[in-house]
Amino acid sequence: MIKDIFNKKRKYATITKQEEHEDVPEGLMVKCPSCRKIYYRKEIEKNLLTCPNCDYHHQMSAPERIGHLLDEGSFEEWDQDLVSENPLQFPDYLKKIEKDQKKTGINEGVVTGKGTINGNLTAIAVMDARFRMGSMGSVVGEKIARAIERANELQIPLILFTASGGARMQEGVLSLMQMTKTSVALERFDRSGGLFISYMTNPTTGGVSASFASLGDYNFAEPQALIGFAGRRIIEQTIREKLPDDFQTAEFLFKHGQLDRVIPRHEMKGTLSTILEIHQIGDGIK
Amino acid sequence: MKHVLPFEKPVVELRQKIAELKNFTSESDVDLTEEIATLESRLERLEQEVYGNMTPWDRVQMARHAERPTTLDYINQIFTDFLEMHGDRYYGDDEAIVGGIAKFQGQPVTVIGHQRGKDTKDNLRRNFGMPHPEGYRKALRLMKQAEKFNRPIITFIDTKGAYPGKAAEERGQSEAIAKNLREMAGLTVPVICVVIGEGGSGGALGISVGDRLYMLENSTYSVISPEGAAALLWKDSNLAQKAAESMKITSYDLKELEVIDEVIDEIQGGAHRDLEKQSESIAYYIKRSLTELNGLMTDELLDKRWEKYKKIGAVTSVVQS
Repeated sequence: MIKDIFNKKRKYATITKQEEHEDVPEGLMVKCPSCRKIYYRKEIEKNLLTCPNCDYHHQMSAPERIGHLLDEGSFEEWDQDLVSENPLQFPDYLKKIEKDQKKTGINEGVVTGKGTINGNLTAIAVMDARFRMGSMGSVVGEKIARAIERANELQIPLILFTASGGARMQEGVLSLMQMTKTSVALERFDRSGGLFISYMTNPTTGGVSASFASLGDYNFAEPQALIGFAGRRIIEQTIREKLPDDFQTAEFLFKHGQLDRVIPRHEMKGTLSTILEIHQIGDGIK
Repeated sequence: MKHVLPFEKPVVELRQKIAELKNFTSESDVDLTEEIATLESRLERLEQEVYGNMTPWDRVQMARHAERPTTLDYINQIFTDFLEMHGDRYYGDDEAIVGGIAKFQGQPVTVIGHQRGKDTKDNLRRNFGMPHPEGYRKALRLMKQAEKFNRPIITFIDTKGAYPGKAAEERGQSEAIAKNLREMAGLTVPVICVVIGEGGSGGALGISVGDRLYMLENSTYSVISPEGAAALLWKDSNLAQKAAESMKITSYDLKELEVIDEVIDEIQGGAHRDLEKQSESIAYYIKRSLTELNGLMTDELLDKRWEKYKKIGAVTSVVQS
């Protein structure tokens, strides 16, 4: 019986489908996976990668996100030099990392740095789901922990966009320990009064959801983003019950009091800018 | 012994044989003392061979052994005046985590740990040691109380993982674990964590951030169970054994990866073979840690805790062209 379960899994894990899905936006035309309408790639790019018809939020890469959110020319990137080792000697692990580096143009699953949003200086970390599915290994944990430390030293806020399937298996327990590392860094930032905004995008699950993603002074999410601790199928197998369609969506979490707001991408810059301003005024009084 | 693991079968069989011979000798005129002595020395060698060369998979099985001592077993041995406290004050009392106040060699402490069941009925009550958010929130409440009254905290880790259920997600499993990670990082009292069985991923982490992290020799700590890893990596959960080897999840692996401070030697054949003795060796490490940590100033304690976690990871810097 247990074998049956994993046979089923095989069907879910068809990699070719995902590649297709990712390949489509690279062409001239894009089909919205939600309403099935077809658009020019440029058309939805202009629209912050959301569907003009149904508001479906397409995956946004870290460079794209930073480009849209920060004031032009204000971004200064940190720790581009960090790369992963292969602590468990997994065959081909480093090759896969190299492949993703070539594909994405970034060194790991998160881009960190500082810049301004409508003139407000902030540290920023943006995860990129294209890189090993946004999984968190040592480099991702290290870059985020360093970003937190730098924000602390510079006494500036930190905004963190999550997009991750969780801890990266190929680095085993070292990946798991990045949850602790980042959380300990956040505790220090928290203790010295630092402002931390967590903005969850699709998907934010597993170890990332159970560490920094949930620790914001404000916890936000993009509409329809998948957010949760355990995988849907594992839960269904455990409790032997069919889960509601909206289970583990941003809206589901919002309904259960886990999020401050669900913020559509068009309101992202405005909302963040307002929060940064409000906190600056607060600092002034202090 | 009721539960015999596959790899220790030869030992158990030989031990049974010796018992039979002894029985026979005492009930008849035939003197088998010499034969028994030979077999006993052979048993000794065999035990050393079998238990001295355990594979990671053997250890996984040992960590899950039905008779393996649980948190409450150790609490009763190591501490005095243990008083269990219940409830998270928000939702309920999760019996997959136990906690309370006690004395350790006279010093007031707070003790917390995952609690597996001893039999089916007990396991249902304890949810097989897999906590819901309220378990983590209860643990945090007790830890905050320990901080208020300046008591060191000792935690025992023994879980397959946090419970993957609908209600757990609705009540914020992620938030509960995440918050514990952050809050434990800032506790102004010493925190000592001991992995006694399975350290299953985030569910284990949720009560294991501290100044010292120890593992019993035959315990495991992993990002995912060997079965889960095998299913994900090779789409075949039957390769769990192979996954256990390659995922580096044993106490010695974690010591080598510099994730834990020390491996606590186990009784030959597993902790369940002598609870009292095993408890003594755990108590030794608790005592030593407390002596080292009790004198530290708060800032020093917290800085050292950060340094401890800061260095974990496998990262290289390359100069980009």
